[in-house]
Amino acid sequence: MSNRDLQNTLAVFKREFLAYFNSPVFYVIVVIFLLAANGFTFFFSRILDFDDVSLATRFFVWHPWIYTVLAPAVGMRLWSEEHRLGTIELLMTMPVSPWQAICGKFLAAAGVWFIALALTIPIVFTMSYLGDPDSGPIISGYVASYLYAMACLALTSAVSAFTRSQVVCFIISVSFCLFIALIGDPSLTQTVVSAVPVGMESVVRFINYFSFMDHFFEMTKGIFVLRDVLYFVSVIVVALLVTDVGLRSKRA
Amino acid sequence: MIQVKNLIKTFGTKVAVDDVSFSVEKGEVLGFLGPNGAGKSTTMRMVTGYFQPTSGSVQLCGIDMLEEPELAKQRLGYLPENAPLYSDMTVASFLGFCAELRGIRGAARTQAIDRVLDLCFLDSVRNQSVDTLSKGYRHRTCFAQSIIHDPEVLILDEPTDGLDPNQKHEVRSMIKRMGQNKAIIFSTHILEEVEAACSRAIIIDRGKVVADGTPESLKKLVPGASSLDEVFRSITKSETAHKKAA
Repeated sequence: MSNRDLQNTLAVFKREFLAYFNSPVFYVIVVIFLLAANGFTFFFSRILDFDDVSLATRFFVWHPWIYTVLAPAVGMRLWSEEHRLGTIELLMTMPVSPWQAICGKFLAAAGVWFIALALTIPIVFTMSYLGDPDSGPIISGYVASYLYAMACLALTSAVSAFTRSQVVCFIISVSFCLFIALIGDPSLTQTVVSAVPVGMESVVRFINYFSFMDHFFEMTKGIFVLRDVLYFVSVIVVALLVTDVGLRSKRA
Repeated sequence: MIQVKNLIKTFGTKVAVDDVSFSVEKGEVLGFLGPNGAGKSTTMRMVTGYFQPTSGSVQLCGIDMLEEPELAKQRLGYLPENAPLYSDMTVASFLGFCAELRGIRGAARTQAIDRVLDLCFLDSVRNQSVDTLSKGYRHRTCFAQSIIHDPEVLILDEPTDGLDPNQKHEVRSMIKRMGQNKAIIFSTHILEEVEAACSRAIIIDRGKVVADGTPESLKKLVPGASSLDEVFRSITKSETAHKKAA
């Protein structure tokens, strides 16, 4: 990456990042995320009733489901808004490559999510006050949670490149994220396996293999494996490549 | 400065631009005329590198738009149709963002913003949100963006659309003034504008160039025509006649 690449990406990042703070969407999403993340942990998982201060099964376990709805809400404006306002025509006739713009915008959404996730840190302090949690699984849990959110955001970015309507982008992205979360749900997989004829089981297992969930849970348990990180990174890269394809198709 | 050769653009089976070639030299202001849907905007979008041509080539200052898009785009200022703006920014921050993408930073950036705010009479709204601007101000803000880096090539898609008569006059004289040391293309529906600001005009109809010359020489194309208006109608009316026949 040359200096010029970096400066352009940074300029797009800065604009997009500030745009989030200038709109109510950001504040609404952060508040809902914090309410959901903590509410599920304390009221559904009843984390205080158990003699266990690890966060994996009562805190992080909810994140994929929260991200299914909230990550598309953050990402839906990325390219849909450019299409709708027509500013895409300005941006694409500036001396900026599509890649610089795609990365800049994605990083802005990623930055927003970093802030949201960082605001959940108090729960770590709570657990440290109540007991003595292992720091390893907490760190890898946060990394897993963040990577999962990034994967959902990249997916939304790809969808938003194809449509000028934020609503359409939101609905399609949520469907995608939900599908990806559901195919990895162990109990659902078990139900489907027992319902389908023998021999189809391998097909179900094959679809199950594409879920984010396995990789996510491995990491939240504190098993930090490069393979799982690479999985998420490659999902993000592919989704951003699809974003590029979407932008090209709109300009063709 | 602008070299367009055999440009063709098809959308599905529809041919929007059919073998268009022209060139614009430094110091020339080229008026781009034609009925709605003739292919003016599509041609301009290809010249600016927004659309990929089906075939043909575009060169700005000798740099090929298809081979070195980023380099060619540095020489270019562009005002798209309908003057799109980021609605969540202020006028000054929008211009600052555009300057940054053009590689203008630091003190030079502040200077560039001040210069175009002054040139386009935007000083009074510099810290106003783009969302709250009237159409004339929005248009001028987007116009300011196109000249912030003092480009050698300027492409304006209906720059006077939606402006009041005073603003139209101001933009026209600005185009004429800048035309002395730039190559400018602008499209318009207002024919008196062509006579007021252009050194040359092209009439494009159904994707083809049907006339190319100075406003004076265009008038001579149709015997007995006293104004460009009449020339325009008699050259391009064939389309409506054609449709009626079909």
